[in-house]
Amino acid sequence: MSSITAHDAPRGFSFSEYMTCLTGIVWREGLRFLHQRERFVSALVRPLVWLFIFAAGFRQVLGISIIPPYETYILYEVFIAPGLMAMIQLFNGMQSSLSMVYDREMGNMRTLLVSPLPRGFLLFCKLLAGTAVSLLQVYAFLLIAWFWDITPPPIGYLTVLPALILSGLMLGSLGMLISSGIKQLESFAGVMNFVIFPMFFASSALYPLWRVQEGSPYLYYVCQANPFTHAVELIRFALYGQVNWISLAVVASCTTVFMTGAIFAYDPSRGLARRGPAGGEG
Amino acid sequence: MTSPAPITETREAAPKADTAAVPALSIDGISHAYGPRRALIDVSFNVQPASFTALLGLNGAGKSTLFSLITRLFGIQTGRVGIFGHDISKNPGEALRLLGVVFQPRTLDLDLSLTQNLLYHAALHGISRREAATRSAELLGRIGLSDRTGSKVRDLSGGQMRRLEIARALLHRPRLLLLDEPTVGLDVKARADIISHVRQLVTEQGIGVLWATHLFDEINASDDLVVLHQGKVLAKGPVGRVVAEAGAQDVNTAFMRLTGAQTMPGSGA
Repeated sequence: MSSITAHDAPRGFSFSEYMTCLTGIVWREGLRFLHQRERFVSALVRPLVWLFIFAAGFRQVLGISIIPPYETYILYEVFIAPGLMAMIQLFNGMQSSLSMVYDREMGNMRTLLVSPLPRGFLLFCKLLAGTAVSLLQVYAFLLIAWFWDITPPPIGYLTVLPALILSGLMLGSLGMLISSGIKQLESFAGVMNFVIFPMFFASSALYPLWRVQEGSPYLYYVCQANPFTHAVELIRFALYGQVNWISLAVVASCTTVFMTGAIFAYDPSRGLARRGPAGGEG
Repeated sequence: MTSPAPITETREAAPKADTAAVPALSIDGISHAYGPRRALIDVSFNVQPASFTALLGLNGAGKSTLFSLITRLFGIQTGRVGIFGHDISKNPGEALRLLGVVFQPRTLDLDLSLTQNLLYHAALHGISRREAATRSAELLGRIGLSDRTGSKVRDLSGGQMRRLEIARALLHRPRLLLLDEPTVGLDVKARADIISHVRQLVTEQGIGVLWATHLFDEINASDDLVVLHQGKVLAKGPVGRVVAEAGAQDVNTAFMRLTGAQTMPGSGA
């Protein structure tokens, strides 16, 4: 046991202590995920319903012309696959944020936040852990989609990885930012209606934007301003071994802004502190 | 009082020149408000190393708010909290390293095993996996749960969960332990076990303990006592002195006299 003195100079933390902490948080998130099989199944069923039913029905209605990154005419299923991958991450990001609200109510968040490591780092680890879980879901989806004739080039499975990590971090930090503002679990239903659905539908996930522009120029601008559109496009291009630089820039900037905001909101001297007692008082 | 942690060398310019008397916990002029409602008003007291300090107050006295401030869940509005001289606002990393906490609500992962819960906590403190496994096994042995290491926490009894939470709070070898009404909802036997376990930590390992409670029978004559009522400290000091100054025979009566006797003791139990 170390001897205690009143010396106030910070001893700091070593690199290996940081890494132990990061691995621990990711490991725990993975274990929790394995224990919630329903969550994994529903995370897979949702996009598969869109793929098997919605896309099959819409195949005849929507013609897709040749637009980058595609080099030939493609089926509608192939077009919406990247949108559905992003949707998996969108739901996962919001679900992680739901778990943070739940954690905060149940007190698990307290365990995390009384760790002596810097709070910004802890939240970043939590985001990375959530993103890792979303990667498992996305690759499971890609595997099933492959049997449905959605066959991007083999290298695409590798090149899409960094895009997925970045978009996962962006959507996760957005969820975290929102969770910091939610007091109770019930408010999460509102998040579904006001965040998830508008983000998903006003994006390029289901239809190419030139089609939207023909229909409504205003909606087109909304879609362009929607960070989720850029997550979808980043994934779409990366799946075919290409980089959409504009989308990359937008997603990277949004990630930075959301993450900074979330860390700020969870700072004890600002965010949570202003919102009264978090749980039972006594 | 037993002597506090040893001073191995003389240090120059250590804060608060008298290093020998550095309290495990110092609360200095803490006030806290939720909007217009004032939850804590100018609260000051110390917890010495190797001492058991009971923080006595009814539900709503401000105990949990105080715990949230000490553990840095809320930012401090007015005043200062020091853990072995480390300011919790200025130097949270060093302060939190020396602090173990058992919160009032359960904070275990119910679906994970006992060992997994402990390893997660160790990781949050940057303790390597091997070291964490050794310490976990040792602590689980001490709380008599060695044969349950692989069970899910969900299958434990309330008393066992509390013991596990205390073991977890000790995993990073803190010098100060905070417990927020740890015996709530436990039966008599489990309560007695937990109290004697924590008292043992004070005498055998020299840990400073702050024990929040509203139950008078959890307080011993040899303890230090802080009476918190409606956000204010009404009395503090060794139990004997507080009782004597209130002109009472026991803690129960002293508390009634101090608070104006409108509330029945232990009414929130």
